[in-house]
Amino acid sequence: MSEKPVKGSRRVFMTGNEVCAWAALAAEADIMYGYPITPQTDIMQYWTRLAPKYGRKFLQTEDEISAGFTTVGGVIAGKRAFSATTGPGNTLFQEPMSMAEMMRIPTVVIIPQRGGPSTATVIYSQQEVTMTTFGGNGEGFRIVYSTAGHQDLYDYTIKAFNTAWKYRFPTFVLGDGYQAKMREPLTIYDPAERGIEMVKTEPLVGLPGTPGVDRPVQYLRNTYNTEEELYDVVMSIAKDYEKAAPEIMEWQDFDTDGEMDVLILAHGVVSRAAQGALPLLKDAGIHAGHFRPITLRPMPEEQMRQAAAKAKRILVVESAYGQFLKLVKEALYGMDKPIDTLLRPGAGVTAEEIVHRIQEGR
Amino acid sequence: MTREKVALAPHMPKCWNPDTKPHKFCPGCGHGLALKMLGEAIDELGIQDKVVFGCDIGCSLLAWDFFNVDSVQTHHGRTTPVITGIKRARPEIIGIAYMGDGGGYAIGAQHLVNSATRNEKVTAILINNTNYGMTGGQMAPTTLPGQKTETTPYGRDPKETGYPTLGPEMVAAIAREGAYVARGSISNLRQLKKYLKKAIQNQMDGNGFSFVEVLSSCPTNWRTNAEATWSFVEKDMAEYFHVGEFKVPGLKEEK
Repeated sequence: MSEKPVKGSRRVFMTGNEVCAWAALAAEADIMYGYPITPQTDIMQYWTRLAPKYGRKFLQTEDEISAGFTTVGGVIAGKRAFSATTGPGNTLFQEPMSMAEMMRIPTVVIIPQRGGPSTATVIYSQQEVTMTTFGGNGEGFRIVYSTAGHQDLYDYTIKAFNTAWKYRFPTFVLGDGYQAKMREPLTIYDPAERGIEMVKTEPLVGLPGTPGVDRPVQYLRNTYNTEEELYDVVMSIAKDYEKAAPEIMEWQDFDTDGEMDVLILAHGVVSRAAQGALPLLKDAGIHAGHFRPITLRPMPEEQMRQAAAKAKRILVVESAYGQFLKLVKEALYGMDKPIDTLLRPGAGVTAEEIVHRIQEGR
Repeated sequence: MTREKVALAPHMPKCWNPDTKPHKFCPGCGHGLALKMLGEAIDELGIQDKVVFGCDIGCSLLAWDFFNVDSVQTHHGRTTPVITGIKRARPEIIGIAYMGDGGGYAIGAQHLVNSATRNEKVTAILINNTNYGMTGGQMAPTTLPGQKTETTPYGRDPKETGYPTLGPEMVAAIAREGAYVARGSISNLRQLKKYLKKAIQNQMDGNGFSFVEVLSSCPTNWRTNAEATWSFVEKDMAEYFHVGEFKVPGLKEEK
């Protein structure tokens, strides 16, 4: 194998897209397939500059449908393949990703969300939550990490490959245009030096030997003849997903130990506004805590409920018109807690706005 | 001779999976013949251990367990990108994308066009039976003028729906040196096998994109008896869709 792209660890100051390219390199990704769309494009641009130096490959496809299906092909061939897309591109990705769900193909896709619906803005949003967690004609058998900053992007892009290949579910790193385009300091590192071992990849086709002669033939399909046949397949995927979920779920909580006047629920970069609001609220004499799910699929529901149980009210903050709110309501179903919202579709959220929303509600 | 001895097992290509035979295609369907020629081509090239066979949605998907070769059934129109992805990741694999006329010329046309322009080292085989068979006989890009289908019940009117797609002609026009493009027919199996073999050999030689359209039959949806079926393939279809090689690496192009 050629030289390691990241040796030891070092502090860097990079855009989020650059971080993703380095993380994929460090995670020993073999090949990227992709189609340009802002604000994702620089991941491809950094990858195409860096990858050949380390013997990695790239294919620019004709559209995102093709990018998704070629990524599926690369994974089927046994390579650590990935892609990146956003917005309308993410919409087109739902078709190949539903196939990946059904056939347990461990694809990795990085999604720096842009504004929607439709073409909208190329800046920032959290409006691809529903699509990324439950998109396609599927059942949401996916893993979605919602990152809040550049260290997250590095850590979770590497982790996404391992989660995908260990559990064999399509895995997404859900960022946003702010994270993609802004620069932040972070530490990049060789995963091996942190004791992170990359999960070995396995081909589904093109195995050694002659199929039907000295080994079984690999027949991969997503089509079934009877209701019973399909039911058994889907239920077996569901069972595997439920079993893996507690091992995959990740979350963070802030100041949620004692009784709270309000628990702020937010994910991704909006979580940073929530974290920033906590000291301001404390100064204002309000006991506030914050719970941030890192995985939106599977959702750490039990942990969210435990935090919510200690709060008088809930405030859901997101840069969408209630997509995260839906996931929260499902997680907290049956709890008798008033839920307030600060929904800013496609717009940024500041700590002060959260503080203002809480004070206004009192 | 006893009766049992007379009833010999039918001759099947070595790379066929005998456990899934008789196959699932309708009586009189051309897929079986095309897949027989493909099987013989794989046998004669000795590549059973190297082929990955991808099949599309539509009747093509019935071939998902047809061969004793690693196989992947994809979505409608998406076999070309899946096989392309496999080939790009593992160039030693021989990738065959098997599809119908809807998959190649309509829903997946962008993949066919762009794989051809990129000269992807894959082999695409497209079965042209002038209609969407699996969904019950709707108009396909290849439906002939005047032909009745479920969505052209009064016959295809080119003024409303355009003329049938000439796939190999289009691919030959956009593909560059190294590509192999031909149109065969189930009415000339020896020639069809020759084309399929050349299309696979072309990939093995690393030359470029290889594409073979196969004129095929669909008596179930055409509602034709044996004679009318054969006549439609050999006369009506062959008159519009010319059989032959359109692009052969190393050969000067015929104008």
